[in-house]
Amino acid sequence: MSTLDPKSRAASRGMSDITIRNLFIIPTILFLIVFNIFPLIYSLGYSFTDFRASGKADWNFVGLQNYRELLNDPFIWSNFSITAKYVIVSVVGQVVVGFGTAMLLNRDIPMKGLITTLLLLPMMLSMAVVGLFWKLLYDPSFGIINYALGLGTFEWLSNPDMALYAVALTDIWMWSPFVMLLSLAGLSAVPKHLYEAAAIDRAGPLYTFFRITLPLVAPILMIAIIFRTMEAFKTFDLAYILTSQPTTEVISIRLYKMAFQEWQTGRSCALAYIVLIMVLAITNIYVKYLNKVKER
Amino acid sequence: MRRTITGLLAGISMLAYGTAANAQELTIFWAEWDPANYLQELANIYESETGVKVTVETTPWSDFQTKAFTEFNAKGSAYDMVVGDSQWIGAASEAGHYVDLTDFFNKHNLKEVMAPATVKYYAEYPSNSGKYWSIPAEGDAVGWSYRKDWFEDPKEMEAFKAKYGYDLAPPKDWKQLRDIAEFFHRPDEKRYGIAIYTDNSYDALVMGVENAIFSFGGELGDYATYKVDGIINSDQNVKALEAYKELYKFTPPGWAKSFFIEDNQAITENLAAMSMNYFAFFPALVNEASNPNAKGTGFFANPAGPNGDQFAALGGQGISIVSYSQNQEEAFKFLEWFVKDETQKKWAELGGYTASAKVLESEEFQTATPYNKAFYETMFKVKDFWATPEYAELLIQMNQRLYPYITGDQGTAKEALDALAGDWNATFKKYNRPQN
Repeated sequence: MSTLDPKSRAASRGMSDITIRNLFIIPTILFLIVFNIFPLIYSLGYSFTDFRASGKADWNFVGLQNYRELLNDPFIWSNFSITAKYVIVSVVGQVVVGFGTAMLLNRDIPMKGLITTLLLLPMMLSMAVVGLFWKLLYDPSFGIINYALGLGTFEWLSNPDMALYAVALTDIWMWSPFVMLLSLAGLSAVPKHLYEAAAIDRAGPLYTFFRITLPLVAPILMIAIIFRTMEAFKTFDLAYILTSQPTTEVISIRLYKMAFQEWQTGRSCALAYIVLIMVLAITNIYVKYLNKVKER
Repeated sequence: MRRTITGLLAGISMLAYGTAANAQELTIFWAEWDPANYLQELANIYESETGVKVTVETTPWSDFQTKAFTEFNAKGSAYDMVVGDSQWIGAASEAGHYVDLTDFFNKHNLKEVMAPATVKYYAEYPSNSGKYWSIPAEGDAVGWSYRKDWFEDPKEMEAFKAKYGYDLAPPKDWKQLRDIAEFFHRPDEKRYGIAIYTDNSYDALVMGVENAIFSFGGELGDYATYKVDGIINSDQNVKALEAYKELYKFTPPGWAKSFFIEDNQAITENLAAMSMNYFAFFPALVNEASNPNAKGTGFFANPAGPNGDQFAALGGQGISIVSYSQNQEEAFKFLEWFVKDETQKKWAELGGYTASAKVLESEEFQTATPYNKAFYETMFKVKDFWATPEYAELLIQMNQRLYPYITGDQGTAKEALDALAGDWNATFKKYNRPQN
């Protein structure tokens, strides 16, 4: 018969710090080093060379030449400009639609749970499916969008001036529910007594929104904006499947072509680093702003 | 007992060794299209004759180059042979991805056996070097299909003659091609003039434009000296590009991303009067199961340019042995079988476009389909894109410069081609190509 009490036995069965380190932390660190850190450093090395994965010749060290050429290439700046336009349209659209929908759902309405679940469906679909699905919807001959809006044979995807907005619209449709979900969480956390106090003070709806709702939801909305900005900056599949127009050639498509169609490995590594630095810079600005919003 | 077990083990290992030696398998990589299915049928015959299983693995055209070169660059042995695009030959041979087939080529006298254009563009690199890297497998070129029933409608014929002053018939030159496209372009009736290649993601748009450039007497550059100034932006090429853009006006709506699937659909779905496509896609147009208008579909070769030059863009591919294959010996045996006259004849019967001159010249081949004769004639008037190792960069640059002009109405043909000449010069300079 054991003399140990149940608590002591449970404690003896538990894992020591050393076991946890050996079983979980060390493998994770090794995994990160092998699959993240090592390729990152390796590709940084390549970015200073003229290495071509498809070539037989050895690579040469070219210093900052790749970076210099890329930053002086008008096509690359055009790709960055397209990406910036896409990010702004897409993220602003998602915030407006997502937050607006969250405001509407933050009331007592019938079948609120079901409606919320249904609205989340787009973001559960794969990008490839969404791309092909919207390609059919936008079709000028038999697409339902032109039919429903009475636009005749209006060209969405083959019109260079419209294609980017068509891709952004699809992205807004797909990812507004994500913003909506986070906004709903933020809205439901706003204390009710603040609204009651505002009502007693006869504050108008706009005053209540700008003085109570928005400031309190802002931190979580900023998190949604950070995530969506990073994702929009990296957009590839949707633009690639829907159009592949020069006017929708965002920077990740250019990077893909340079790396895997032209096989300019060293140069594409340099471009990847330029993109990485830009995303880090933008995210850093956002995070600083987020901290300021939290401090208020 | 010990002896029994040892004997059993020896027997099992011999059996295993014997099975492994006989169960040879070969994998051929190609793009996803009908000729790949025909090649699989041909390979099944090889399996029944030799016991060697040959699998034709395919991938969509848009991924073909990326997937093949990713495997090559990794020195992977997943594929024993590849039916690679003609423009790959420089990149693949210089990088050591393809096995040198010169001895094999000479042993079987394939320079004489295969049609000259197929040897020049699918097999030899560098040009006129006598070094061969592929066996011409699928000959192909761009041709045209048209709605014969629309063309032969008496009312249409009368109206056309009244408007243009000559008889409505398959166009003999690019001016007639334009006139007919304009004549049939009736958006109100959801009927359009012409379907051309516009997809800018690989080589579709470039191959489409090449049909105009070559027939207008132009060239892409001097492939021996890498000179492009005054050639790619020549007056003929400017006029050719303007003519191609003119045709784009008469395409169905949303036609800015179209390749072989859409161009065949233009005929099957009553969208366009004429449609550009590779001959390899024409079997679907004579098949009533895939084309309700099969009986009313006719074919013609790429029309002549203003000065009577008549050329077409080359399609098609040669078959190469991948350097990293573990089964090169067996792959050579397959190629030995593939180049035999009877195999080439069978290949043509299955639907493949043989490159064998003897089969192509035969009456049997030329009368087998409504388009084989046009194909045979076209194969003697083909020209191809650059096959230099940096072809992919040249292709992307050409897309970047021409696509906005053709589909987006941006700038002029001269500006687009001048800019392209600048891009290509810079690329050749970067790779130290001599530009005399």
